[in-house]
Amino acid sequence: MNAAIIIFPGTNRERDMAIALQKASGRKPAMVFHTETSLPAGTDLVVLPGGFSHGDYLRCGAMAARSPIMSAIHDHAARGGHILGVCNGFQILAESGLLPGALLRNASLRFLSMDCNLRVERTDTPFTSQWQQGEVFRAPMAHGDGNYFADDATLDRLEGEGRVVFRYVDAEGQPTEAANRNGARNNIAGIVSDNRRILGMMPHPEDLVDPLMGGEDGLPLFRSITETLATA
Amino acid sequence: MKAYVTVMPKNGVLDPQGKAIGHALGTLGFQGVGEVRAGKVIELELAETDPAKAKAAAEDMARRLLANTVIESFKVELA
Repeated sequence: MNAAIIIFPGTNRERDMAIALQKASGRKPAMVFHTETSLPAGTDLVVLPGGFSHGDYLRCGAMAARSPIMSAIHDHAARGGHILGVCNGFQILAESGLLPGALLRNASLRFLSMDCNLRVERTDTPFTSQWQQGEVFRAPMAHGDGNYFADDATLDRLEGEGRVVFRYVDAEGQPTEAANRNGARNNIAGIVSDNRRILGMMPHPEDLVDPLMGGEDGLPLFRSITETLATA
Repeated sequence: MKAYVTVMPKNGVLDPQGKAIGHALGTLGFQGVGEVRAGKVIELELAETDPAKAKAAAEDMARRLLANTVIESFKVELA
């Protein structure tokens, strides 16, 4: 699997992401600066990591979504390429129209930096095949704007098509209001595109991929996508 | 010519910032304040001198960058 991590001014989670990708795939991902206009030849997976691209000016991800590299990423998506966006990366995917909806300010207005529990809603995606259906795993989150919003029609479509991949739940796996700390509609933490090859999620699976980090709860995501793209 | 683009959260979109401002106004003792919504104004200095063209250009800018029409509405005024 050849992964390319995109770096914008203000991106700060690219190295954590590289560690996770390398651990799962054995290959060092390419680092691609936002001013580039093409992806490295043979890129299988584009990764938009977390951070505060362009200082979150205007709206989170708004500037990054209009960067020179983005037209190459739109082309990659149109070819059926795989894309993973985490945290600010999810905001950029929403701002660029590659995923529906938007990420609003957390309902509490507070920046949330803590672990959350995520429930795996489906395992037939390139990113979740190594989990069991309904499995609950721990993931760190760190964001001020993670409150997923989509209008009723879009939300019905996402739910109807089974495109909600991760939901905020309590330790028992129930999508309670208390577990939904940022106020996201339907406790949505992550969604996929209609071809399931683009995943956007707010929490950080890349930050739990080694016992030294406190656990390996996030590793199945990177193993899943590695397996998908190794056999592609 | 200047264009002022006002960007507001759409009706039905949660505006926690507006709610917090409303709450703070209440704390200060201001009475009778209903819903508060917070948006932003973006001032553009445009070389275009034709008002219709300037407005159309600013609206295009709003649709493509200044507003996210999934969650925000906008209006353009010229001055």
